[in-house]
Amino acid sequence: MPAGTLYRGREGMWSWVAHRVTGVLIFFFLFAHVLDTALVRVSPESYDTVIQTYKTPLVNLMEYGLVAAILFHALNGLRVVAVDFWSKGPKYQKQMLWTVVGVWVVLMAGAFYPILQHTLVDWFGK
Amino acid sequence: MSTEISDALVVPSAQAHTGKGLGTGNPADEFVIEPPRQRTAKTPRRTRTNFEMLAWLFMRLSGIVLVVLILGHLLIMLVLDGGVSKIGFAFVAGRWASPFWQGWDLLMLWLAMLHGANGMRQVINDYADKDSTRLWLKGLMGTATVFTVLLGTLVIFTFDPNI
Repeated sequence: MPAGTLYRGREGMWSWVAHRVTGVLIFFFLFAHVLDTALVRVSPESYDTVIQTYKTPLVNLMEYGLVAAILFHALNGLRVVAVDFWSKGPKYQKQMLWTVVGVWVVLMAGAFYPILQHTLVDWFGK
Repeated sequence: MSTEISDALVVPSAQAHTGKGLGTGNPADEFVIEPPRQRTAKTPRRTRTNFEMLAWLFMRLSGIVLVVLILGHLLIMLVLDGGVSKIGFAFVAGRWASPFWQGWDLLMLWLAMLHGANGMRQVINDYADKDSTRLWLKGLMGTATVFTVLLGTLVIFTFDPNI
């Protein structure tokens, strides 16, 4: 690292960067999601029409990405809480990050088929 | 060091936090560095509160609740029972027939929007250098947040399955 920077690299900084990036992405999705859901107040047809886009392959893949972002933000958020409130939190922050990454990989692997099944069945049949 | 010390107000040591000296009567007290965020009569009103600490605490508490609410939401909407393919007006109507799920979605809406808005506030404060840029970005983000929270709340409370 160059001298004189506040950015220290490694697990601590990169998890913080990923937490920010996923947080901002999720927040922007949230605006769109409240607006599309608000269409239930307009008519069943307009709601169903917009929800059809959620079922297209591209958006289906983006949903998997959304779950990836939210799951990381959730698990790393619990790590941040542990760092702040658990007396040994700062000491074990690296181990906790790798635990977060491990749990994230397992859950993302498990969610792959259930979330994308709709598109996979469409493309490859049962 | 010269003798141009003390017209410092001498206060009891129990009041050292008032920024009026340690109150021991020792002239050297004047050179004690005060703790940061000292509150004095001159402190502007808006920095006299614990807003930043409360915001920090809110992020942790709402975050823990949101882990349950949102992962539950994703599990029901995207994972179980055919994933996204089952969702439609009828599915929403079925869920919002229950006050439990209405309450779940309402709490999720409020906590997620406030949690996200406070996170964005921190990001804007960190990266926007100019005062006016920060003001505009936060104003825009705050307006959009209030609008979205109110719209979502209205939709949950006025939902009509027979529309």
